[in-house]
Amino acid sequence: MNGFIERNIGVMMLLIVIGISFGGMVEIIPLMSQRVVTEPIEGLEPLSALQLEGRDIYIREGCNVCHSQMIRPLRAEVERYGHYTVAGELVYNHPFLWGSKRTGPDLARVGELYSDEWHRAHLLDPRSVVPESNMPDFPWLFETGIDPTVTPLKLKALQTLGVPYSDEQIATAADSVAGKTEADALIAYLQQLGTILKERR
Amino acid sequence: MSTGMSLFVTAGTLLSLLFFFLLLHFNRKVENPGETTGHDYDGIMEYDNPLPSWWYWGFVLTIVFGLGYLAYYPGLGNFEGLGQWSQVSQFEGDRQRAEEKYGPLFSQYRAMTLDELGATPAAVKMGRRLFINNCSVCHGATATGSFGFPNLTDEEWLWGREDEDIVATISAGRTGAMIAWGDILGSEGVVDVADYVQHLAGREVPEASAARGETTFITYCTACHGADGKGQKVFGAPDLTNEIWLYGNSAGRIQHVIRNGRAGQMPAFAGKLGEDKIHILAAYIKHLGSSSLPVP
Repeated sequence: MNGFIERNIGVMMLLIVIGISFGGMVEIIPLMSQRVVTEPIEGLEPLSALQLEGRDIYIREGCNVCHSQMIRPLRAEVERYGHYTVAGELVYNHPFLWGSKRTGPDLARVGELYSDEWHRAHLLDPRSVVPESNMPDFPWLFETGIDPTVTPLKLKALQTLGVPYSDEQIATAADSVAGKTEADALIAYLQQLGTILKERR
Repeated sequence: MSTGMSLFVTAGTLLSLLFFFLLLHFNRKVENPGETTGHDYDGIMEYDNPLPSWWYWGFVLTIVFGLGYLAYYPGLGNFEGLGQWSQVSQFEGDRQRAEEKYGPLFSQYRAMTLDELGATPAAVKMGRRLFINNCSVCHGATATGSFGFPNLTDEEWLWGREDEDIVATISAGRTGAMIAWGDILGSEGVVDVADYVQHLAGREVPEASAARGETTFITYCTACHGADGKGQKVFGAPDLTNEIWLYGNSAGRIQHVIRNGRAGQMPAFAGKLGEDKIHILAAYIKHLGSSSLPVP
């Protein structure tokens, strides 16, 4: 048996794949059927057109490289950032932006924590409000406008993935982002992050 | 998780453990111990010996540990584990223990007035930590604020310095509302009012424009800033008779505020901090300006 497998590389590859897929099957497949993971929590709405554009800027600028969006159920984290992240908050996230590194603070519940004015000052020059910050400046966000022609396509793509956008939302998407800067969009996105679970302690 | 899925997980986990054990067990005996396997790579040969027994028993031990782990912790489908452990229950337990440890201290502090707390070094220390973690992001690590974010160490309190005022400001947040007067007053009118406002603050300004500005001020501005220009805390309207300017002190900056308005915003912290901590924080902030306190 041992000799047979060692001498037939195809059989060995097949058996290796079967072997390592056991762990995956046992851990991943059952999650796909769990309601706590697949159903939105009460009050969860898909991102508005402007917020969605902001999310794409969040991805483009690589914010998720230095900021996580995942509060673990540990007392110290909940004290600092608020209610731990639950799966139902994230069912419309395609892709997830959990991040894995905290050079900057976690942003899972940064929404409504600071004023829009603060975010503008902070994105333009983080050190103007937090002198010890090592975050880069993002001045170009204030000069570049959102391209409204692609916004409806983005909503449509997410609709295909199961995010409940109405056709009306898609039809009005272009108008609602016209004339906005990238900074407006990013701030709109940040200001809604984690605002559904208000109980922070 | 449905029963079918639960069985799938349970069977998958236990059967793979069994499989690995059997694999290990049946490889324990080899046909020709002491002989080579016949593999020969550049003169390097491989003995066909079984696993050393310490290694074998080490493996067996990990499997036994695995079974114990699966019995105590949730790992087998819907089986919750004998220890009833979950991430959330551990978190709630931690929180409960913290509550028991710090609760008495918080209720002791809650019973004291802000002034009494300000004279209690331990409470001030707690207040300072809360300030650094939550407030310094806008108001600065030294609480001196910056453009658009009020200095908390000076004598001007936009929304009042009474205990309940400070607590209300932190808990529910505030939204300032300075209307944009540019269209109503016209560009000349804005300059006149700005001159009058600077006159209120004690600056040297052209008398004619300041006099015109005074008329406008009485018509439009006194409703919020008061007849004497000393501001009113119900609206968060600043005192205009001192040299404290939230949005810049130059004539141009002052005109800009009058022309375009401002909507300063203090976010609400009730949900994040809770009443006990806000009480301590308010005490710290109330006494920031007094010389008896160390600067953070």
